[in-house]
Parts: sequence; structure tokens; C-alpha cells
Amino acid sequence: MDLLQQCFHGMSFDLFVIQTLNGIVTGMILALVASGLTLIFGIMDVVNFAHGELFMLGAYMGVLVLATTGSFWLALILATLIVGLIGAALQITTLRPLIGRDPLTTILATFGISLILQNYALWQFGPVARKIQEPYTGHFNLFYLEYPWYRLVIAGLSAAIIGGFWMFLKYGKYGIWIRATTQDRVMAQAMGIPVPWVHTAAFAIGAGMAAASGVLFGPLVGVNHIMGLDWVLKAFIVVVVGGMGNLGGSIAAAILISLLEAYASMLGCISPAQAVIVSFVVLVLTLLFRPTGLFVPTPK
Amino acid sequence: MTPRDHKYYWIGFAVIIAALAIAPLVLPPYWQRFLTEILIWGLLAMSSDILIGYTGMVSFGHSAFFGLGMYGAAAALLMFKPANMWLAFVFGLTGAALVAMFVAYFSTRLRDIYFAITTLIFSQIFYVIIFTWTDVTGGENGLSFSRPQLGIPGVWTTPFTGETMHWFVLAVVAGSYLILRRITQSPFGMVLQSIRENEPRTRAIGYPVERYKIVAVMLSGMFAGLAGVLYAIQNRFAAPDFVHFLLSGEAVIFNVMGGIGTLVGPIVGAGFFLLLREFLGRLFGEQFPYLIPLGFIFIVMIIFLPQGLLGFARRWLNR
Repeated sequence: MDLLQQCFHGMSFDLFVIQTLNGIVTGMILALVASGLTLIFGIMDVVNFAHGELFMLGAYMGVLVLATTGSFWLALILATLIVGLIGAALQITTLRPLIGRDPLTTILATFGISLILQNYALWQFGPVARKIQEPYTGHFNLFYLEYPWYRLVIAGLSAAIIGGFWMFLKYGKYGIWIRATTQDRVMAQAMGIPVPWVHTAAFAIGAGMAAASGVLFGPLVGVNHIMGLDWVLKAFIVVVVGGMGNLGGSIAAAILISLLEAYASMLGCISPAQAVIVSFVVLVLTLLFRPTGLFVPTPK
Repeated sequence: MTPRDHKYYWIGFAVIIAALAIAPLVLPPYWQRFLTEILIWGLLAMSSDILIGYTGMVSFGHSAFFGLGMYGAAAALLMFKPANMWLAFVFGLTGAALVAMFVAYFSTRLRDIYFAITTLIFSQIFYVIIFTWTDVTGGENGLSFSRPQLGIPGVWTTPFTGETMHWFVLAVVAGSYLILRRITQSPFGMVLQSIRENEPRTRAIGYPVERYKIVAVMLSGMFAGLAGVLYAIQNRFAAPDFVHFLLSGEAVIFNVMGGIGTLVGPIVGAGFFLLLREFLGRLFGEQFPYLIPLGFIFIVMIIFLPQGLLGFARRWLNR
């Protein structure tokens, strides 16, 4: 009984609404990270282990550009472009020679990249967390709390980026190239699509999306060299739960998991560090009952 | 292998074991300890070779098995007075096997990359549990304990010194190698290799592939747990850092550097990695981020030397 009381101590409807908002905000960022991961996986069967490090690198680029120019929006755009270029360079130097090998070698190679990037960040920027100043400091009143507008802006911007990306895939000429390559690499090559460059571009886009989410998320927590690992793990969970290579599923799974974690951290008997275990339970249940992913239609 | 090859193999084996057994008598204490650690990390890497090299599943979760071996040994050494070495092994191996069974049951439902990801996530979950469950595991500080005595309690015991520790570790690692070698050459090992080569066909022949995979993960996890127990006894502590997935990553790096699917290769890889790290540390100071150059070497080896150092040496010898 004591445990139950401790668990539900301080629960209220207000807190529930606030945590729902928080969950949706982190869920949108997570969806942005995960859709880059899904894009890269879908098109070239590469699980990008370094995705969290690209997220981290994006946040650091944001810090640097913000410090020199003072404009958050410029930081967001430049960080996305720079990390996109870095992603392209990484793809050309390490992943392109591995085309046609066992897909497992690519996971090892990207793991190597993540080690290098993470230690480089530690070496270059030190272990102390940096801060990105948020562009809007305004608040609005939500019950007894002042809820920052910026969080809603993040959710909106993430949704806009994902929406724009979806439109690009659906209607853009290069988006159609990407989809064609995902469906059938050999046939796309035969149709005259430069498949190796489509791979590079897809990797760059994924890296850029990770960087953008890093800059957007930077103001909520500090920027440090190990922030990538948490995110890549969560993105992996999202991608397995949502069904690999399935954009809509990833977004739904990202919001589902973030909401569950936000609600779990509301309970008095669970510390925020342990709230991660909730997403793990979701993963285990998914593996048990629907190993192909929660949001994938049952194959007939 | 022809009988002649067999003879050379056993002669080579005996020479290497003899050299490793004599080494602590001639090496200074620092390097003696270093060599013992190479053997322990080699055992960890060798255990994951069963999955990477023979079954074709890359596990990024071996730190969980290693860490549970460590914490199991810690539990046995802290709970029972006087501390009993064999109980540490029983507890550590049981802990590792239970975790391995749990992980295997879920993660073997997925193949290839998904398997790697789920094992990684599982090991991070164990890390979070161990890190936050301060009352039992000591949290961030871990647990420290005194070293037990070597021998059979009540019959004959001797305290662990640097040399006896090394010989004990050497005996365990050599024994594990022989057992694993026997397993990989047994019909069971052949089925594992056939899963690596062509899983649908293995299933079509009628082998229960999932069950084989679960047993392979458990076997691999138990040997990783054994390495954990050895490490705990040598260093007299258990810490959450050893459950962190970075350790699993290092085990994978040892495998790739040494040569996967060879059992000996991972030990060579561990030695290569640790020596290189030591060398870089001495050259540029302790604070040097040694994982940057090692990461580069790792990537270059994946691209240009996929067979690892041992495969390269073999090709070069056969020239």
C-alpha cells in the first residue's frame, strides 16, 4: 500500500496535461531523429550507429554558430547544412567501399565512426555541457506552471520538417529517385538513376535531419558529448517498434514511447533515469507479439 | 586437417601456452598484469566470436553478460564468509546464463541488424538498472570486495598472487578455448555455421533455427560471464562501467581486428588493441583520446582487411 501511495503521490490532472505536452514535444524530436535513421536504413540497408553522434555534432555546430553570429535560425540552418556535408563525406569515405559486403560490416563501420566523433567532441569541447540560448523566452500560463512557447515551436518545426521531407519524397524529382532506389536498386540503376549518389544524398539528408533535431533540442538540455547515445538508442527502439523503413510507423512509435516515458516519470516511485525502462517494456512486448513492428499492417 | 596438421597444431598450442605460462616469471609486475588482462578480454572477445564468427549474429550486448558475471561474483564474495572462489563462479555464471536466456529469448526473434540493435538496447537497460539500483549494486561506485583464496576450501588453499592469478586465468582461458573449439567442430557448431551461411535453407532442412540460436547466445553469454568473474577476482571490484555498451563495442572491435570466426583471433585482437592503446597513452599522455586513432584503424581494417590480423597473417604465410 505504501508503495502505491508513494507511486501516485502528487498526481493530478494538471500534471497529466503538462506531461502529455512534454511527451508530444520530445516525441516530435525523436520522430525527426528516427525518420533520418529509417530513411538511411530503407535505402541502403545501413543501420547508422553514428546517428546519435550526428545529432550531437549538430547541437555543437549550433552552439558554435550561435556564439559567432548570435542568430538561432542561422545556427539551425548552418548546422543542418554542415552536418549534412559531413554525413556525405562519411558516406563516401567509409560506407561506399562497403557496398555489396555483408550488411553487418556497415554497422561495424558506423560504430567506428561514432566512436571517433564522440571522442573528438570530448577532446575538442571538453566534458562540460554547453548551452544553446532559446530564440523565444516567452511563456504562457498552463495551470500553475508557465509553459515555454519554445517547446511548442520545436514540436511545430519538427512536424514541418518531417512534413516537408514527406512531400519531397512524394512529389520531388529527387524524392522519387530516392523511393525508386529504395524499392529496387538494380532497376533504378538501369533507369539511369545515379544510385551511388542517391545513397550519398540520402545519408546527407538523414544526417542533416539529425543535426536539425540536435539544434532544436539543445536549449532544453545541455549539449554534451554523450547526448548522442541516449537518442540513438531511443531512435533504435522507435524504429524497431514502428517497423524498420516505415516512416509513418516511426513517427507514431516515437510519440507513443515519449508519451509513455513522460507519464512514467510522473509516478513517484520511478526516477526519471528509470523511465527509460518503459520504452524497453514496449520493445519487449512488440518483439513478443508483433516482431515486424506495431504499426505495420499484418501480412496476409 | 590431416594428421600432420594436427601434430603441428598441438605443438603450436603447447608452445604458446608454455610461453604464456613462463611470461609472468620474466615480465615486470605491470606487464604481467597487462598480459593477464589481455587474456581476460580475449576470453570475452572469444565468447562473442561464437555469435559473430560462427552464427553470423553481431552482438552488441556482451557487456551485460560480462557485467552480470562480475556482479554475480561480487554477490557471492560479499555474502558468504569466508569468501569462496568457486561460489563466485557458480553465482557469476548463473547470473550471466539467466540474463543470456532472457536476452536470447527476445532478441533471436530478429535477424542481422535488428539482433545487434536489440542486444545493445538490452545491455543498456541492464546498465540503467545496475546504475540506479544503488541499495543493491552500489550504483555508480560499484562494489568492492577482497580477493578469495585459490584452491579447495578445507583441503588446500593459497592466496592469489600476481603469478598464480595469471596461471589460473591462463588455465581457464585455455580450457575455455579448447571447449569452444570442440563445440564449433561438433555437429552443433556445424549447424551454427550453416545458419550463418544460409538461414532459410537450414530451416528448410529441418533444424529448429531459433532454438539453436538461443543456445548459441546462452553459451556465448556464459563464457562472457566467465570472463567477468575472472575480471572481478583480479580487480576486486564490480562497477557499472563494465555493463555499459562501450565494452560490448570493444569486444566487437577485438573480434574484427583479430579476425572473426577463428577463436584465437579475438585474443590476438584484444592484445593488439590494448598494446596500441598503451603505446598511444605513453606517447601522448593519459588524456589523449586514444579511441580516435583506434577508431580510424578499426574502420580501415573493416574496409581493407576484413579477415583481421590473423586472416592477413594466414594469407601471407600461404603465399
